[in-house]
Amino acid sequence: MPIQYYIFLSIALFCIGIMGTLMRRNAIIIFMCIELMLNAVNLLLVAFSKMFNDPSSQIFVFFIMVVAAAEVAVGLAIIVMMYRKVHSVDINILNRLKH
Amino acid sequence: MDLFEILFWLLTIMAISCALGVVLSRNPVNSVLFLIATFFSISGHYILMNAQFLAIVNIIVYAGAIMVLFLFVIMLMNLNADVEPQKSRLVQFAGIISGGILFLVILAALRDARTHGTLEREATDIGLIKNLGKTLFQNYVLPFEISSVLFLSAMIGAIVIGKKESVHPVVSERNPHQN
Repeated sequence: MPIQYYIFLSIALFCIGIMGTLMRRNAIIIFMCIELMLNAVNLLLVAFSKMFNDPSSQIFVFFIMVVAAAEVAVGLAIIVMMYRKVHSVDINILNRLKH
Repeated sequence: MDLFEILFWLLTIMAISCALGVVLSRNPVNSVLFLIATFFSISGHYILMNAQFLAIVNIIVYAGAIMVLFLFVIMLMNLNADVEPQKSRLVQFAGIISGGILFLVILAALRDARTHGTLEREATDIGLIKNLGKTLFQNYVLPFEISSVLFLSAMIGAIVIGKKESVHPVVSERNPHQN
């Protein structure tokens, strides 16, 4: 299987994640699109690991998963806290830092 | 076209269509379910590339733990109704255009790059837990320990942030009409 197929698949998933981040207003959906982008990068790292026969990049995928889990825990806590304050997860309302 | 290629294309189509479903579905619960399907198809790709440990960890950590956390938060906030206000057509169009242009730019940049490697079909054993454990604890011990500190601080941070503050109960009544 040529490596280009995996590269194109990863780019497609990454760009779908970027489109979702730019299009949606729900903060939780934006979070999930960021997870989608992280998974696209993971897929590409595993493909290169298979191509070069090197286990190091699979270790990096493992660390990306660890960091994503920590990020999701803190980020969802922040979203729950903001929801408790303003009763919304709409990012057009959560723009206090602009003013 | 043998079984390997059939599985590859099946998983690819499933991954991309479910990722589009995450972005396009109106209901947040449907988005979470589509994202779980995307993670399962990515795990299928990992198994095709002989990364069995990462496939299992992907299912357990992502589809099992993180997505359940998302689903739990959505249920907790009672967001599973189609009441989300949409961005204006112009902003949505701009998002699609910029994402598509990024896709085209990376494709055009990779067209001349020397990416002509192929992935051999035969099974290798670098994705097994024995070899990954050896690599992890011989070359990457320090990042492993630092990630444990990161987890501890993330846990404490989540508890501190999510704790209900009882000192200023007035703050939560600021915008009650937006519920």
